[in-house]
Amino acid sequence: MAEYATPTTEQEFAGNFAQLKPLMSNSEAMLESSRCLFCFDAPCIKACPSGIDIPLFIRQINSGNATGAARTIYEANYFGNACGKVCPTEVLCEGSCVYTATGAKPIEIGRLQSHATRKVMDQGKHLFQPGAATGFRVAVIGAGPAGISCACELRKLGHEVEVFEARSRPSGLTLYGVAPYKITNEETLAEMAYLEAQLGFRVHYNHPISSRPELEKLESEYAAIFLGIGLGHTSALGLPGEERDNCVGAVEFIEQLRIGQQHTAVGRRVIVLGGGNTAMDAASESARLGAERVVLAYRRGKEEMGAYAFEYDLAKSVGVQGLFNVAPLEITGNGKVEGVKFVRTATRNGQVHPVPGSEFVEPCDMVIKATGQAKQTRFLNFIPELQLDSRGRIVFNPATYQTTNPRYFAAGDAANGGAEVVNAAADGKAAAHGIHGFLTKN
Amino acid sequence: MPDLSINFAGIKSPNPFWLASAPPTNSGYQVMKAFDAGWGGAVWKTLGVPVVNVSSRYGSVNYRDKRMMGFNNIELISDRPLADNLREIEEVKKRFPNHAVIASLMVQSRQEWHDIVRDVTNAGSDGIELNFGCPHGMCERGMGSAVGQEPEVLQTIVEWVMEVARIPVIVKLTPNISDITEPALAARRGGANAISLINTIQSIVGVDLDLFAPYPIVDGKGSNGGYCGPAVKPIALNMVKNCAQHPDVRLPISGIGGIETWRDAVEHILLGASSVQVCTAAMHYGFGIIREMTSGLEQYMAEKGFRTIDDMVGRALPNVKHWEDLNLQYKVTASINPEKCIGCQLCYTACEDGAHQAIRLQPGTRTPAIIDENCVGCNLCSLVCPVEQCITMERRDDGTRHQTWKERTAADDIPITFNDERAGGRHHWVPEPAAALGKEREKTLPGKARLYKEVAVKQKITE
Ligand SMILES: Cc1cc2nc3c(=O)[nH]c(=O)nc-3n(C[C@H](O)[C@H](O)[C@H](O)COP(=O)(O)OP(=O)(O)OC[C@H]3O[C@@H](n4cnc5c(N)ncnc54)[C@H](O)[C@@H]3O)c2cc1C
Ligand SMILES: Cc1cc2nc3c(=O)[nH]c(=O)nc-3n(C[C@H](O)[C@H](O)[C@H](O)COP(=O)(O)O)c2cc1C
Ligand code: SF4
Ligand code: SF4
Ligand code: SF4
Repeated sequence: MAEYATPTTEQEFAGNFAQLKPLMSNSEAMLESSRCLFCFDAPCIKACPSGIDIPLFIRQINSGNATGAARTIYEANYFGNACGKVCPTEVLCEGSCVYTATGAKPIEIGRLQSHATRKVMDQGKHLFQPGAATGFRVAVIGAGPAGISCACELRKLGHEVEVFEARSRPSGLTLYGVAPYKITNEETLAEMAYLEAQLGFRVHYNHPISSRPELEKLESEYAAIFLGIGLGHTSALGLPGEERDNCVGAVEFIEQLRIGQQHTAVGRRVIVLGGGNTAMDAASESARLGAERVVLAYRRGKEEMGAYAFEYDLAKSVGVQGLFNVAPLEITGNGKVEGVKFVRTATRNGQVHPVPGSEFVEPCDMVIKATGQAKQTRFLNFIPELQLDSRGRIVFNPATYQTTNPRYFAAGDAANGGAEVVNAAADGKAAAHGIHGFLTKN
Repeated sequence: MPDLSINFAGIKSPNPFWLASAPPTNSGYQVMKAFDAGWGGAVWKTLGVPVVNVSSRYGSVNYRDKRMMGFNNIELISDRPLADNLREIEEVKKRFPNHAVIASLMVQSRQEWHDIVRDVTNAGSDGIELNFGCPHGMCERGMGSAVGQEPEVLQTIVEWVMEVARIPVIVKLTPNISDITEPALAARRGGANAISLINTIQSIVGVDLDLFAPYPIVDGKGSNGGYCGPAVKPIALNMVKNCAQHPDVRLPISGIGGIETWRDAVEHILLGASSVQVCTAAMHYGFGIIREMTSGLEQYMAEKGFRTIDDMVGRALPNVKHWEDLNLQYKVTASINPEKCIGCQLCYTACEDGAHQAIRLQPGTRTPAIIDENCVGCNLCSLVCPVEQCITMERRDDGTRHQTWKERTAADDIPITFNDERAGGRHHWVPEPAAALGKEREKTLPGKARLYKEVAVKQKITE
């Protein structure tokens, strides 16, 4: 029996994808913020990639100054509200909270963060304004966490910013990739609108930059260009049968889910290939869409999965079954997917070896490949002098985020190879300072 | 099994826990309910001249998420008809003959005092408490703390009461006075049988930042009120001790102020109280708290081997000394248990900024270390540490030497000039002032302050 009935209405969808970190009430925020010890040189700050002054904002919430709390958060991280909901806090701030050493629950930093930022958003309280105009114009490609954060900070520094975004809505994978039980589309977009209203960068939606002439136009019109393009589609596996109907990439499946919500089709028996966080998400999401049986198949053992333990636990809690030490050989079926042929594997000296004669077919009617996102190499090759490293990541100076082409700067997944929203937000903001230095020649 | 019953200046009750004269004792209904729940006695809400109350009467001091750490009110004495109260006192006494019902009184003229004392005695009260403490509303009319602050007036009124009283009389003292023993002595001179303290402390619990008015707010305005609740216990304990230690007061004391748990009650008792009264805690949590109070007290007495309440009354008094009688040779320093430390570094910053720079951070761990030579043994770190028994204060002197300030004064061995070699901090190490500069920056910089390094940014590929 499936854990979840297939959602058919907005309410049912919201029920199946209930928020893991729901909004804190004022009372709950008061109780929780009261527990914070206001640690000296707090470990939670060190564990936050955007370095939010956590004890300060918690103290501000506790003393009835939610606006000040929101300012503290946003001064460090423009995705303050989203990060509070989507960050893997278990391995970041909350994981380092000193309370964990007492056996008590860590402070719910993420939810407190979203509580304070949501308040100013709802009240429409503006915290920032653009800096005095410098006359410089910067183009930002990609309206994901990296691009938007960079745009916000550039505006604060007084530069004019135009953002070019291939999709129709902002925030990148925060909207199109993150699991719906972490953040809703409304919440994500509300924060984007809140930032845009204050800082006034212009976003051109449905405006992919995908050719050399388009880049040349940007190069002639803008003093610097920021690349916040993230990663690309799910990489192909190169397996026979991969083209069959209902064999889809995880990123594409999830994007469909975020757009289509309850109208997203899922198989009755789903096999998810992969052992990373995206695989865990896709498996959980399939189950919550009402799939009867969801199997997570991974080449190695459970302990070796790249996913965070809590993400696997979450998938298990909605009925996902793990199938370990198996490698897919072929997607079987007749037009449509009917199963996956696996061979069992053994890991010796870190190397995965197939066990001869152990092949078997696991029947299913949908296969989701969560086997990593490809880099946007083709597009990046249009940029002269731009170097990529051996894994396709843009090479940049970690102090300035400047690429090997001096007018181009980069941060986020495209530069770090794929991390979290918070990394892209923090680095995109830092990159704005590199660009500022470049423009003002210091 | 310890015996919790008391005989307080002739007033008997099954345990030392009485409800103080206040809203919880406003009616026979409440007092019966309280006795049913296990309270030993009740001081009836003060009876006397007719009054009118305002609406919006209480204010609170909250500490973080903790409500009513301090509490204040601008309420007056009972606004119910005297006849109703007398009838209900009678009814309660009939149903609970062995519980203590004490009538709290506040009137003006000698005749009024005589009349009301007779009335409550006839109703069956076990005792009388004279309310000379109310710090608002009544003092303006020459009653309450207006009496309590004038020892001579207080004595006169006590004398009037004693002219007709046939049951024990307790005088309730106001803390709004610099020396609490003065009214206590006046009560004794007037012939009172006991004292109770403290009544509420004049206070403003807070100011509304939008309305610019003190709490509680009555139609945009407020007034000073009477402060009570957990926050006032330290003040009450000191005053109870002062009365208990004074050689001439020598009256049974009913301890009041900030009592919420059995521990608070035991503290009052160890400093000389032989009954205790509770108001705010009952207003906050209801009468049910009595179960925790009696069971805790019983448990404590059993563990300590006290058979009766009297066995423990004033047991801490011999150890409450004047500062000049404390041993200057006693020396403790802080000790951190690294097994328990959770690394919050509150001890470090407390000692560094608020004490004696006797704690340092250590590379590679978040557990700080004590610099023994600098530690003056002030306790601060052990008080801020959030982990039970993680920082302990360890004795460092060998316990053989004893010398007090008084003894040093007698031996003519006290520092007298500003730069006297014998002054305490004379040879204590402190860092150079300028060593403080830039210290804050040693912390991890939060995102806002994170300095985006001003590094040279290439302008051309060839650069
Ligand atoms: C399935 C999945 C789940 C995830 N879950 C979480 C999570 O729970 N928590 C978390 O913190 N992180 C999560 N992440 C990671 C997180 O979403 C990314 O690290 C983050 O979004 C990266 O931000 P970015 O700005 O670098 O790129 P993106 O978010 O990918 O944004 C890039 C933007 O650029 C646009 N773009 C790309 N190329 C062009 C072009 N040529 N022209 C114009 N526009 C272009 C894209 O349309 C997109 O809007 C998840 C990622 C995935 C794939
Ligand atoms: C609302 C309120 C009304 C009070 N009314 C009286 C009163 O009528 N007579 C009196 O003697 N004390 C009165 N008090 C003082 C209490 O009896 C008691 O002395 C004081 O609250 C301290 O005890 P606590 O800390 O347990 O509250 C009142 C206190 C409060 C909070
Ligand atoms: S580590 Fe925990 S307790 Fe300490 S400041 Fe951070 S959130 Fe507060
Ligand atoms: S006892 Fe006082 S001086 Fe000693 S380490 Fe602790 S805070 Fe510092
Ligand atoms: S206050 Fe206590 S727990 Fe915190 S660092 Fe100091 S010793 Fe450790």
